Amino acid sequence: MARMTMIEALRSAMDVKLADDPSVIVFGEDVGYFGGVFRCTAGLQAAYGEERVFDTPINESAIVGMAVGMAAQGMRPCVEIQFADYVFPAYDQISQEAARLRHRSNGQFTCPLVVRMPTGGGIFGGQTHSQSPEALFTHVAGLKVVIPSNPYDAKGLLIAAIEDPDPVIFLEPKRLYNGPFNGDHSGKSTPWSAHPAGEVPEGHYAIPLGKAELRRAGRDVTVLAYGTMVHVAEAAVAEAGVDAEIIDLRSLLPLDLDTIRASVEKTGRCVVVHEATRTSGFGGELIAEVQEACFWHLRAPLIRIAGWDAPYPHAQEWDYFPSPARIARALRKVMEE
Amino acid sequence: MTAKLAFPHPPARPDQSPDFSNIVVPLAGSLPVPPLDLEARDARPFAIGLIRVLDDEGRAVGPWADCIGDLSDDDLRLGLRDMLQMRAVDRRMLNAQRQGKTSFYLQCTGEEAIGCGFQRQLEKGDMNFPTYRQQTLLIAADYPLEALMGQLYSNDLDPLQGRQLPIMHSARDYGFFSISGNLGTQYVQAVGWAMACALRGNGKIAAGWIGDGATASNDFHSALLSASVYLPPVVLNVVNNQWAISTYTGVAVGKSETYAARALGYGIPALRVDGNDYLAVAAVSRWAIRRARQGHGPVLIEWFTYRAAAHSTSDDPSAYRPKDEARAWPLGDPVERLKAHLIRRGAWSEERHAQAEAEILDEVRTVQKAVETHGTFVDPKPISPAEIFRGVYADLPDHLRRQRQEMGF
Repeated sequence: MARMTMIEALRSAMDVKLADDPSVIVFGEDVGYFGGVFRCTAGLQAAYGEERVFDTPINESAIVGMAVGMAAQGMRPCVEIQFADYVFPAYDQISQEAARLRHRSNGQFTCPLVVRMPTGGGIFGGQTHSQSPEALFTHVAGLKVVIPSNPYDAKGLLIAAIEDPDPVIFLEPKRLYNGPFNGDHSGKSTPWSAHPAGEVPEGHYAIPLGKAELRRAGRDVTVLAYGTMVHVAEAAVAEAGVDAEIIDLRSLLPLDLDTIRASVEKTGRCVVVHEATRTSGFGGELIAEVQEACFWHLRAPLIRIAGWDAPYPHAQEWDYFPSPARIARALRKVMEE
Repeated sequence: MTAKLAFPHPPARPDQSPDFSNIVVPLAGSLPVPPLDLEARDARPFAIGLIRVLDDEGRAVGPWADCIGDLSDDDLRLGLRDMLQMRAVDRRMLNAQRQGKTSFYLQCTGEEAIGCGFQRQLEKGDMNFPTYRQQTLLIAADYPLEALMGQLYSNDLDPLQGRQLPIMHSARDYGFFSISGNLGTQYVQAVGWAMACALRGNGKIAAGWIGDGATASNDFHSALLSASVYLPPVVLNVVNNQWAISTYTGVAVGKSETYAARALGYGIPALRVDGNDYLAVAAVSRWAIRRARQGHGPVLIEWFTYRAAAHSTSDDPSAYRPKDEARAWPLGDPVERLKAHLIRRGAWSEERHAQAEAEILDEVRTVQKAVETHGTFVDPKPISPAEIFRGVYADLPDHLRRQRQEMGF
């Protein structure tokens, strides 16, 4: 076991796959020589050469479009979009091409491709360095959508994503790159080295896509969260003093409905938390699924806590980012019903 | 003076006579054959000129004719046969659409030489990234008509099991990448495929295809830039047929001299070719494919032609261009021109041509009848609805299993 930040864990996942599969290839903006603006690919080009790890022009559509062409021939590109906020020029290639290639060609061509992108706020990133666009991908049939919340999961999920035969959107909460973040923005930061999930095996391991993980067992209410919000929810549960069960979804598509159902059937209450804007966000889907699957077990209306339906602001960061206090209020409210 | 916007217009509208006086047609044989390692800075004469082999009398002339001097009478008769078969399929399938047997069809009338001529120069394992108007590539790859028509009828002979709109073929074993309805996307994918060929050292190449209108799409730029940066073995084809549905090519090209000239700015050499001249197509295709295979990097070819038919079965060109514009097209008809050349060579005759046309039409009709027994739109033999769910992913996830069960399968 080694101690790793999420950045190091992600780099380790790519390192492992570059070493054991010659068809794995890594590219994106500033990904090669420099090692990525977040250092996620540092040292990989030096280790594997520029035919395996290289820089691209600033053109997201080209990054994904080239990767689709390569993947169709059986290579396994793991490409980076520098910020999830900048994935939109590639949305055509992702949603209309990568996602559909297997289906529309009846399996003649497939697309084993991973698109990594830093996501989420809490870093004073403003409008175009903070967004959480996961719902724009969970709505696309043929994609898988993954978002880890800690270094151990990040490595295991990224290895699984690279090995997956279908296209995977891999969202990395950049607020968690260096340490867990529970919403306390007073300046105290905890490094991953002080967190159990900072223990990461050096070699190969995979965490299956489509499997959620229980972060905290509880009896009173189920909290469904992913990414940074897993840690914020933990702080909120402590603040509210409720015996909540926190489920870290890890994969949004496919969704681990069995784990969700088992928990809500036990607690009878459910709060959904995400950073993304509320309307038509992934929380809407979670609430609909829980309502359909657990209606007769529900003891209170389902609540979702989300980013406001406004572009992500700069100065008002902490009024926008769902805070532990806001989530705690929701937890107390759902317990009153 | 004040600033005023320009709005390009076609030379003629429906109430006017066709007018192609703006099109300069250089003499056949007037351009040399450049070296395979041609660089963009030396390519300008080829990018703004027009490579032509067949002259007005049907003679093959000039240095490009010499590079395909080895093509035998049989080779050229095969080229003619490919084009005639394409035309017969187009005619039959247009009829089938009018009879409601299929929902949709797109002809490639007037553009037959390009795909037919290009495909015959490729090797097995090379991959085309076609648009919906390169059925010619399938015909010249000897793709079974049963599969081609099965796709158009969405019946049980359809290799795509009814999932795709008619004409959106996919035939990996015949070097034909899955067609998407989203324009331009495949152009940069071709670059990626070619990059994979180079990385694997497998000796294969890719060919991207795009129409004049779709060169305006983002991925045209993405593809040229990527190809220019990494220099993979890709031939980037632009089929300039003068029309993007109702939109005249001037709206896509703006003040650029030609589409080929655009590539020069990316550092990619480019050639502009008479797309209705089967011999020019064969010669330039061979040159470009060889160049790519030998590792000299990408090249762009603008095939200059005319979309003689409607855009699709849902289009009526008489609403935006003169009815007889195709007949006035200065580069003529590709079938007529190759036929004239073969007759001049003493390898063909009017009688043999008429006989071949009848035979080919009969063959196509026979296959069509057989394929129709497997189902058409008016006489469906439905594919299992469970096919909807197969292949969305490699494995069937739980939510799709539940939806399939909800449907009753």
